[in-house]
Amino acid sequence: MAILGLYNYWIFIVLMMCGFYVVISSGNLVKKLVGLNIFQTSVFILYISMGKIIGGTAPIIMDKAAVYSNPLPHVLILTAIVVGIATTSLGLALVVRINEAYGTIEEDEIHAQDREEAL
Amino acid sequence: MLVVTAVAAIRLRDLFAVVMLFGIYSLVSASLFVILDAVDVAFTEASVGAGVATVFMLSTLALTTSREKRPVPHKPLLPLLVVTITGLALVYGTWDIPRYGDPANPVHHHLVQRFIEDSPKEISIPNVVTSVLASYRGYDTLGETTVVFTAAIGVLVLVGGARRRRRSRKDEPE
Repeated sequence: MAILGLYNYWIFIVLMMCGFYVVISSGNLVKKLVGLNIFQTSVFILYISMGKIIGGTAPIIMDKAAVYSNPLPHVLILTAIVVGIATTSLGLALVVRINEAYGTIEEDEIHAQDREEAL
Repeated sequence: MLVVTAVAAIRLRDLFAVVMLFGIYSLVSASLFVILDAVDVAFTEASVGAGVATVFMLSTLALTTSREKRPVPHKPLLPLLVVTITGLALVYGTWDIPRYGDPANPVHHHLVQRFIEDSPKEISIPNVVTSVLASYRGYDTLGETTVVFTAAIGVLVLVGGARRRRRSRKDEPE
């Protein structure tokens, strides 16, 4: 039972590592951004699952006395989601700009072109 | 299910399918947030993560290319090793973390009681998340809108500037 209580953290770790793997192994810039987003969502899941109380309800105050889950992680993650979409869109704009300058969104082709120019 | 979608998104080469799977992934995580009592977060994730982010990514693909080149990824072993070691270190780190859903966890001890008991009287909004976001952490939300504004300016400069350059290049005689 004590081990099962850590289950949510393991899901979070697996997802985070999936995102991390894409970011460091993929050469495609759009795919890298998707990986970064998967990484980000895994952190959201970590925070939200920390705020959960078993038997609790959503933190909206009702007349009936009830156990509420912790609202503070929810607030933090709301902010994080919005900031996340802002950074993602900026990254995608950079990808569009890179594609215009180099004609490709593959990292190694960009490096190859840079090397040719340096010679 | 989340893990399956994430892994499928990694394996695929067709970027269009990757982006679509990412949208599905966001939607599944939004329903997970509903299960975890975070309804506000689920709303935001479903609209922003599954909606807006997917649209942005699709428009990027329309402006660039939708196929990932290079069928064999270069040296998948080293990243895989790094990822496995990091993951195992994190799993080792979870042993000391308080268990899931326990009301006695330290997260639930400070501040929260006060918010839950006093915020309906002080702000008179039943939803605690809204009152904390808009009132107690109002300055933080203001800063967040500043971040979004800055990002919007950045996107406009990057994409709009490129369009202007292309037009001026076309006007030049060959």
